[in-house]
Amino acid sequence: MTQTTVEPALGVALTIRNLSKRFGDQTVLQALDLDIRAGEFVAIVGRSGCGKSTLLRLIAGLETASTGQVLADGSPMDTGHFDTRMMFQDARLLPWKTVLQNVGLGLTGNWQPKALAALAEVGLTDHAGKWPSQLSGGQRQRVALARALIHEPQLLLLDEPLGALDALTRIEMQQLIERLWQQHRFTVLLVTHDVEEAVALGDRVLLIEKGQVGLDLQVPLHRTRSRGAAGFAALEEQVLSRVLSLPGKEAIPEPAPIALGALRWAL
Amino acid sequence: MAISFNSVGTQLARRAAPWVVPALLVVVWQWAATHGVLTSRILPAPLAVLEAGARLWQSGELWAHLKISFWRAAIGFSVGGGIGLLLGLITGLSKRGELLLDTTVQMIRNVPPLALIPLVILWFGIDEAAKLFLVAFGTLFPVYINTYHGIKSVDKDLVEMAKSYGLRGWPLFRDVILPGALPSILVGVRFALGFAWILLIVAETISASSGIGYLAMNAREFLQTDVVVLAILLYALLGKLSDYGARKLERLWLRWHPAYQ
Ligand SMILES: Nc1ncnc2c1ncn2[C@@H]1O[C@H](COP(=O)(O)OP(=O)(O)O)[C@@H](O)[C@H]1O
Ligand SMILES: [Mg+2]
Repeated sequence: MTQTTVEPALGVALTIRNLSKRFGDQTVLQALDLDIRAGEFVAIVGRSGCGKSTLLRLIAGLETASTGQVLADGSPMDTGHFDTRMMFQDARLLPWKTVLQNVGLGLTGNWQPKALAALAEVGLTDHAGKWPSQLSGGQRQRVALARALIHEPQLLLLDEPLGALDALTRIEMQQLIERLWQQHRFTVLLVTHDVEEAVALGDRVLLIEKGQVGLDLQVPLHRTRSRGAAGFAALEEQVLSRVLSLPGKEAIPEPAPIALGALRWAL
Repeated sequence: MAISFNSVGTQLARRAAPWVVPALLVVVWQWAATHGVLTSRILPAPLAVLEAGARLWQSGELWAHLKISFWRAAIGFSVGGGIGLLLGLITGLSKRGELLLDTTVQMIRNVPPLALIPLVILWFGIDEAAKLFLVAFGTLFPVYINTYHGIKSVDKDLVEMAKSYGLRGWPLFRDVILPGALPSILVGVRFALGFAWILLIVAETISASSGIGYLAMNAREFLQTDVVVLAILLYALLGKLSDYGARKLERLWLRWHPAYQ
């Protein structure tokens, strides 16, 4: 089942320069610069409303930038040479199409075998004929993942795709995403409100604050990462204390590790 | 064994329960009619109504009237519903169409179809066209409104997702917008069907030389209450049948919907 069924595609490198986005007089992103290597797994955290979704939507071409640009392998994204796929917190499956038809959305010709292969990759072959309403939240997200994978994307944009899942399903999905990424080597931008998830999955953890990249942290841990490892907790704490220190800029209280664990979910 | 037999029994009882009162009413009605409590002038016995039905059926008259009433409803509904659907699609899908047409349609909608009867008679006489026009006019708006709102309320997130998967134009309409609007459109269709029968009854009662309504009015002149009651029951039956058909359609087309699983 772990056999590669979709041809491996190399990820795309992103160059973001002077990217700004305003909604009316509200500036959400302010001259943001960012470089992402091909095949890199980047986790993005930040307070609610800081512009994480906006950044992803700009990269996906679902919003237009007020200033600046996003280059993929050196050329503008909108030339359409790159396959970018986005996943949202709600799976956004078409309720009137079966699981298989949802996975094959937008494909023509003999798409069924491909869709079945993609479903097999996320372990849902048995559910091909069901309606989305008959699936659990985690299964729906896996269908959405299969739908994205079938296009062999070079860039996968994940906007809190696991945010609504229970803890066990989350960990399963994290492992699935990591495994698929290791197989296919696309570039991943994962927005998450869970710092532990960011440290567990990202090669790099970015913190968005005040419309810019406030923290850019490499995660030098070996995969698959054990959450119990000493380095893990230290990194998690570093990101968390940075996020929490933001509103008042002065004193940074050293929060107890136990409290941190509880606070992970508050972001 | 005993338990399962028992549960079959209670299930039967549960199914039969809603029919107890109607059955009792019919029995009382029959009894009252045969014992002279109700004169046949007011209400003929249920058996007399059945007999009238059988008599008219054998002469072929009943079938002829049924057929013509059915076709009037079907054609009027197809024309009105079709135009309503088309207009709803135009205003729902295109900003320009909405700007140009919606206010007009909403204004005309405020005219009660029955208020048009004098004008319709002036225009078409008591011709076939008069009845079709009334039915079409009345069924247009429920279909229009529900198509328009159905399209407007299609989940924007789904449309955005579909666009990002390369769906444009006809595939986007076929795979996302139409199925998303369909539950609402079908509500409109059911409303329109109910309305079609009401309008047809009125139209046929006022002026017609065939159809169930004519059958009833003609019988009234000859004091054939049994035929009048038969006609009323037939209208009820036809209305029920078309509603049943619409519901079957909902079940078929909306089988993905959690409400139908
Ligand atoms: N289409 C929009 N119109 C106006 N304001 C928007 C729009 N989309 C997002 N915003 C605003 O931009 C800010 C950032 O939103 P978002 O990127 O969704 O934040 P998050 O980091 O929680 O994903 C929020 O304050 C939000 O209200
Ligand atoms: Mg968001």
